[in-house]
Amino acid sequence: MEGALVEGQWPEWFVASRQRGWTDFQQLPAPVPKDEKWRFSNVKALDLDTFRYPVAVADAAALVGRSTGLGESAARFVFGNNRLLAATAPAAELLKAGLVVMSLEEAASQHTDLVEKHFMAQEVKLGSAKYAALHRSGPVNGVFVRVPENLEVAQPIEIFHWVEGENSAVFPHTLVVCERHSKATVVDCFRSSDDEPAFACGVNDLVVEEGAKLNYVAVQQWSLATTAFHLNSTTVGRDAACLGMQVNLGGKFVRGESYSRMVAEGARSDMLSVNIAGGEQMIDQRTFQDHAKPRATSDLLYQNALTGKGRTVFSGVIRVEPGAHKTDAYQKVRNIVLSDDAEANSMPGLEIEADDVRCTHGATTSQVDDRELFYLLARGIHPEAAQQLLVMGFFNTVLDRLPDARLRGPLEGLVAARLRAALRA
Amino acid sequence: MKHLKIDNLHVSIGDREILRGLSLDLPTGQVHAIMGPNGSGKSTLAKVIAGHPDYTVTSGDILFDGESILAMEPDARARKGIFLAFQYPSEIPGVTIANFLRAALQARLPDGEELEATEYYAKLYEKMDLLEMPRTFTSRAVNEGFSGGEKKRCEILQMAMLRPTFALLDETDSGLDIDALKIVSHGVNSLRGPETGMLVITHYQRLLNYIVPDYVHVMVNGRIVESGTKELALKLEAEGYDWATEPEAEAVGA
Ligand SMILES: Nc1ncnc2c1ncn2[C@@H]1O[C@H](COP(=O)(O)OP(=O)(O)OP(=O)(O)O)[C@@H](O)[C@H]1O
Ligand SMILES: [Mg+2]
Repeated sequence: MEGALVEGQWPEWFVASRQRGWTDFQQLPAPVPKDEKWRFSNVKALDLDTFRYPVAVADAAALVGRSTGLGESAARFVFGNNRLLAATAPAAELLKAGLVVMSLEEAASQHTDLVEKHFMAQEVKLGSAKYAALHRSGPVNGVFVRVPENLEVAQPIEIFHWVEGENSAVFPHTLVVCERHSKATVVDCFRSSDDEPAFACGVNDLVVEEGAKLNYVAVQQWSLATTAFHLNSTTVGRDAACLGMQVNLGGKFVRGESYSRMVAEGARSDMLSVNIAGGEQMIDQRTFQDHAKPRATSDLLYQNALTGKGRTVFSGVIRVEPGAHKTDAYQKVRNIVLSDDAEANSMPGLEIEADDVRCTHGATTSQVDDRELFYLLARGIHPEAAQQLLVMGFFNTVLDRLPDARLRGPLEGLVAARLRAALRA
Repeated sequence: MKHLKIDNLHVSIGDREILRGLSLDLPTGQVHAIMGPNGSGKSTLAKVIAGHPDYTVTSGDILFDGESILAMEPDARARKGIFLAFQYPSEIPGVTIANFLRAALQARLPDGEELEATEYYAKLYEKMDLLEMPRTFTSRAVNEGFSGGEKKRCEILQMAMLRPTFALLDETDSGLDIDALKIVSHGVNSLRGPETGMLVITHYQRLLNYIVPDYVHVMVNGRIVESGTKELALKLEAEGYDWATEPEAEAVGA
């Protein structure tokens, strides 16, 4: 990868941050296999030499047309190869109420204070600082969302990021600030327009202030030849709640890092994930539930289905900082392994420095249950359909946690379609 | 009329023989009851007919209308018209009753044909009403957190939706209170008819007051040792199984 040639109008502070990113990227060491934060991963997948900053997509209108997501939306932004292709702004009354949904490029100038304050403000602790620096240095594009105090946005805000062309590199970024007592749902859809190998290096920053509620869903459907980083950072304030759901269906090597920090009492963070690793896919996820203040709750549930030579890695830490008593923290990872050649590694972890806390963690790995399978067969359901139904049942326990019922059906459809293909392959 | 014929069936699990030369002829239009002590092999018989992979048929045959089904996979047997109401139904986490039954019906349609959703729900609700099951059950995961009685009702709901040619009801009455027993029996009776044959496994003569059988068979030690009309059930109720215990079985210890 080389330093970026960036299009568009970016303010000086952003250009400076980009340059810093490039220096950091070059200086930070590449991960090595013995690095604890890369245990069980595949650092060989991280040879980025072949990737290039891409030219514009060939047919923007076609990609915009294919950008149908999970239903109706309050606003819709479509990016292709780091460029904004289309934007449907929120309705006039939402704009009047103060809702801001705009491209990061525009926001960097128009909402400098907020963007500068929150853009990649959290330290990247889970192993990918080098790639966060690369993100910072690249032709970043994406959406800035500000939900003003007390505003409830009923429909989801949908963002599409497309990558196109062999060895194209994209740098999607989503920055959401939910101000006090506001409510919103943001959906990121990551897609490839072809089957080519590509590189995606995405970051999102979610800031949920006092009493606010944010639901964030990322549906990752990059091509099965793509190398992808998705680095999430969430800050949850007093009595606020963030529900984040990562759905990984595509990618050849996918590294996900989710850091959630509960910065005030009564904060709640739900960290959910549905992953299908089939064929040669590797999905490597690292999580951090950081309890900085008392009486906060975090609840993590990651579920993986593996077929073919699929591999998953889960490494999660619950950290309870000194004084964060009455913490309630849960962490659970469940793997269902559907082939002999697949491999799931789970490494749950606790770092507790406060008293009077409730923390539980656990990891299970199993196959399809023979009795359950026979029950379905005994009803005449074909073996492939039975397996599909049982694994979807397994995933439904995660999807059921989505509070927005309208997202549920379409999302379940995408997961089911990918699972069907992965089981057939 | 069709026949489900069990012909001198020997079944083992590991090197233990559980069914030891069992024969039975169940025609459509009839209800046969099987009674017998715990461990005599009643559930084994039902599961072996359904094609459970744990059991090995060492000799004998199972004929569906004259055709052996021993080589058929369990799902193919079910689509052919065999239904097993399990003694211990499995819980299927995350799969709703509605989706489960939809998949079971879809599996019976020719390739490329889609189940019609409105008709499906109309039929589902009709059968649930028959069994006095609240509509909320459709969106619950199959058997998950169901009471014993609810599980049994759910088995009969499935039977009512799938309309099998031969239904094997394994202790469908156990765990039912008297009201539920009447409701379930009513559901079962509504499916009786010239197109359907039923094999009802039970420990309680009481069930047979509601689902009146054409024949009663007594099973001991992997064999049918006595067959008769419904009065045989009354005799069992009064006298237990001692009189039916096989002489050879007694001789084993000698
Ligand atoms: N999967 C199995 N593995 C080992 N033994 C088995 C298995 N299934 C059945 N058996 C044995 O076979 C015998 C018959 O069992 P089966 O369940 O058929 O009896 P049953 O007549 O249905 O009894 P009950 O009236 O208690 O339901 C029992 O001794 C049982 O332990
Ligand atoms: Mg039994």
